[in-house]
Amino acid sequence: MISATFAYVRPGSVDEAVSALADAGEDAKVLAGGQSLTPLLRLRLAYPDALVDVGRIDELREIRDEGDAVRIGAMATHHQVLRDPLVNEHLPLIAQATATVADPAVRHRGTFGGSLAHADPAGDLPAVALALDAVLVARSVRGEREIPAADFFVDWMTSALEPDELLTAIRVPKLGPGWGSHYWKFHRTAQAWAIVGVACAVRRERGAIEDARVALTNMGPRPVRARAVERFIEGRSVSEDAFRSAGAHAAEGTEPPGDLHGSPEYRTHLAKVLTTRALTAAAAV
Amino acid sequence: MPPIRVEVDGATYEDDVEPRLLLVHYLRDRLGKVGTPVGCDTGNCGACTVLMDGLSVKSCSVLAVQADGHDVTTVEGLGAGGAEHPMQRAFHEEHALQCGYCTPGMIMASIDLLRENADPSEAEIRDGLEGNLCRCTGYQNIVRAVRRAAGEMRRPAEERATAEEREATP
Repeated sequence: MISATFAYVRPGSVDEAVSALADAGEDAKVLAGGQSLTPLLRLRLAYPDALVDVGRIDELREIRDEGDAVRIGAMATHHQVLRDPLVNEHLPLIAQATATVADPAVRHRGTFGGSLAHADPAGDLPAVALALDAVLVARSVRGEREIPAADFFVDWMTSALEPDELLTAIRVPKLGPGWGSHYWKFHRTAQAWAIVGVACAVRRERGAIEDARVALTNMGPRPVRARAVERFIEGRSVSEDAFRSAGAHAAEGTEPPGDLHGSPEYRTHLAKVLTTRALTAAAAV
Repeated sequence: MPPIRVEVDGATYEDDVEPRLLLVHYLRDRLGKVGTPVGCDTGNCGACTVLMDGLSVKSCSVLAVQADGHDVTTVEGLGAGGAEHPMQRAFHEEHALQCGYCTPGMIMASIDLLRENADPSEAEIRDGLEGNLCRCTGYQNIVRAVRRAAGEMRRPAEERATAEEREATP
């Protein structure tokens, strides 16, 4: 199918982009890598009046060290992120989850920021951003604001971004020594979304889990922190039993969808099993 | 309509295009590059894979306006002076196709794979081609062809030329 018509603007800088968004009104969309948006346009699930293509704004692709955090430009491609030395050294969870996103051709074009702004609860990176307590930086003609990941994902494919705001960067606190992480994704084929995914980071100290952060993909209309798992496992000695008991709490407070790939009950089962596996892998026992 | 300037298979094209025009339709309908087929239409099957600035992309998921200023290689731009690219030859020799619909995309994705890994294992090939679907072959011969092309492409150019000459001599 051919998409509906739309106006097209290609700003050369962030300032130009936010002016274009302010001028374009409520029915404009930002075009990043286009790997989610183009299919939506073609299926006519989205029919914006205008596309603001930020693909030529090189400053949005930069990944840099900010001391206790890594700042990832919103337009850094998946391909770029998963090879980036800063990401691999300080945030291996992002690199590992990014490597599971679709396939190489999609990763060449798709972007880190685009995946987050798209706010698909079945996307891998929203849960990762949530688990890592990332902060999302948004710009508009009205100024800049920072949105914690916990407030960013509002509802199914709905982020906290206002229509005139552009996501410019994501600041992710580094995981220091003692931290291990793992993203466990359960899906049928490369391009299929996760039926359930678990993003997990834990800090081990003297044989016990001191800190745990667990977030779930596709267990509700938005990515969700598995707080009950975190509360259960923190302070406990590392053991198979402890991880299994922790995993049993994974579906608490979730609203898993039912679709062709699995019923809510099946997803609930998967969340428990995969959380146990992800915790085990992250703690490397 | 926005003007674009694109390099495709070594030639430069300047055109005015509708913003909604997909790269794959631009290649096929405007430039006559029908070597790149439209498969699933939704970014899943990989049949329409081309290289943009050397990296594989699915041309059904790129707007023609996004290709402005970039260098696109389709399956028609492979090889030089009528000769086959080693990957094309390997697909032929290993019978890595039956209906052939996925082949252009499969070849482009395989070339992209070897750019990053000159000597991939079977598992790495299967992983690297995960975005390209083949409904006929069961992938066995495709994996073999990529292994063969990889071996071929690792050989020094002079050695390859001499071997080709020998093969061409009756």
